[in-house]
Amino acid sequence: MDLSLLLTDVPTLVVVIVGVPAVLGAYILGGEFLVRRLPDRARGSVRPWIWVAPALFFVTAFLVAPAIGTVFTSFQSHGGDWIGLTNYQRQLVDFPNGGAWIAIRNNLYWLVLYTLFVLFFGLLLAVLFDRVPYESVVKSLIFMPMAISAVALGVIWKFMFWYQPADAPQTGTLNAIVVNVFHQAPKTWLTDPNVNNFALIAAAIWGITGFSMVILSAALKGIPADLLEAARVDGAGEITIFRRVIFPLMMPTVVVVGTTLVIFALKAFDIVYVMTAGNFGTDVLANRMYKLLYQADNPGGASAVAIILLLAVIPVLIFNLRQFRAVEARR
Amino acid sequence: MSSVTYDHVVKRYTSDLTVVKDFNVEIADKEFMVLVGPSGCGKSTALRMLAGLETITEGQIRIGDRVVNHVAAKDRDIAMVFQSYALYPHMSVFDNMAFPLQMKKMSRSEIDKRVKQASGILGLDNFLKRKPKALSGGQRQRVALGRAIVRNPKVFLLDEPLSNLDAKLRGQTRVELQKLHRDLETTFIYVTHDQVEAMTMGDRIAIMNAGILQQVGAPGEIYDHPANLFVAGFIGTPTMNFVPVTMENGNAKASGFDVKLPKPVGADKGILGFRPEALTDRIQDDGSTLEIKVEVVERLGSDQFLYGTAGEDTITARVDPRMKVAPGDRARLGLDLRGIHLFDSQTEKALL
Repeated sequence: MDLSLLLTDVPTLVVVIVGVPAVLGAYILGGEFLVRRLPDRARGSVRPWIWVAPALFFVTAFLVAPAIGTVFTSFQSHGGDWIGLTNYQRQLVDFPNGGAWIAIRNNLYWLVLYTLFVLFFGLLLAVLFDRVPYESVVKSLIFMPMAISAVALGVIWKFMFWYQPADAPQTGTLNAIVVNVFHQAPKTWLTDPNVNNFALIAAAIWGITGFSMVILSAALKGIPADLLEAARVDGAGEITIFRRVIFPLMMPTVVVVGTTLVIFALKAFDIVYVMTAGNFGTDVLANRMYKLLYQADNPGGASAVAIILLLAVIPVLIFNLRQFRAVEARR
Repeated sequence: MSSVTYDHVVKRYTSDLTVVKDFNVEIADKEFMVLVGPSGCGKSTALRMLAGLETITEGQIRIGDRVVNHVAAKDRDIAMVFQSYALYPHMSVFDNMAFPLQMKKMSRSEIDKRVKQASGILGLDNFLKRKPKALSGGQRQRVALGRAIVRNPKVFLLDEPLSNLDAKLRGQTRVELQKLHRDLETTFIYVTHDQVEAMTMGDRIAIMNAGILQQVGAPGEIYDHPANLFVAGFIGTPTMNFVPVTMENGNAKASGFDVKLPKPVGADKGILGFRPEALTDRIQDDGSTLEIKVEVVERLGSDQFLYGTAGEDTITARVDPRMKVAPGDRARLGLDLRGIHLFDSQTEKALL
């Protein structure tokens, strides 16, 4: 390793290690010093702002400002001329197969299938594992894919779905099963437009089910054992207990997990990018935005797609925050 | 309405953790039976086995003539009131009480009728639409009772139902529960660690300690004739005085006094027990007396407790509040021989 390179970076390193805490410390102490000078009444209303200001600054500088910039860009041509809604028009005019429509359709697939299956599996696993010995071991196994980066996950499943012609040995797990167990011709999982979207969604579901299971399992454990015993004594069978007692009590958590998953589905990018790069009819909005910007050099089009995505996410986001607050308030 | 029989019931979790040992009780139809004992004595486990919430390791539990060992909780037709009340938080008071009836697939009008009837008895008419969260502790407790009443069950189980109420409400509810038992004419099995609840409410009391049934009997019988040292010490406040004695010529000799035993016993050592109220300031000529050195005096208005020593033994006495006595005094008290007990020092069983 070339140490000289590291040495040239030493001043930067010193600035980062010493400077950042120093600036933060000075800000806090200075802010507090100034607040103390204020009259008693003003102090209470000023102090929170001193503490919130850095976060506000960073959010504005790195999130709000770029978002506003994106809105402007989406109304401009590549040269910077104002062209009104032309960028949006180009994305949306060719219904149903042109522009962004394939990506919009696929995002809807993701939204529905990914969300519902992850909720279903998460709930099922949470309820079932609640009743087995070694619960924590089994749950850790299901949770493990969460520790894999989405790119690695994509690569793993690319191998799982790998296609070899019928006469070659099948190295993809799924096709090996299709050929050797069911004696069928190998399938082109990732290029066949009839199945490839579902193949991608299945890989994503595998990756995220642990997340939904763990949160739903925590909600399940929050239900007092007394309630279930009371229901049993009251004459309810296990399925009735789930339907009438467990599920209603878990509902707020199910809604929070569900809306979070909807946002994940709308943001889907990495798995698609790694496994098919959005080809063969598997494009999604986030990937289309990336392609328009970096491959087609069309910042106006990319910004338009970004804004469409943003507009789709905002209502879900608001609902999610409200619901989260409602759950907190119930505690 | 049904009798309940525990027949050599054992609950074992692991080979060296047995929480209920050879438990035998017959509870008659319409009886109010109280299971009482210190925490961890197995009384709740015994109740939960009857409810079907715990498996039975050995022995049989019968409701009426039916062996219920392998009957699921939902099919046993018993109602249970939990210490925490275990109300369904997402359901209204009405729905909480209607739930067990809905499970029986009862018609809507019948459910409505029964819930209204129960809410009338319990004074919950104005709260039927509320969620449990919006109720006070006492109201929640009544909803829990209501949920049990509406079913008209064979057996009514109550697991420490009063322990989350404040003292005043607990006293009231105690009385209401007894009325309820009389009105419903159902078998009640009531678990508590509180000996006052046990003494005041039970037709009979079953006292447990360390998983073993110590004694079953009517409250008065248990108070007057405790079968062993544990029962004698557990029932009664302040607790019974225990004094080690040696036997000489039909007399029990303690460190500071002698007592003539009403009948001879076949042991030369033992533990003499007598309740604080067996001591009195009115001394009969033929009675035994003992002198205590008074250390603390507690005047409660209706009673006066003296704490002191006789010889080397600590003694508590409950005497007439008009007796003039001060800490540091030596007081001569009479001992009512009808109130003395003698226990074997090894087996701790009653000898008299």
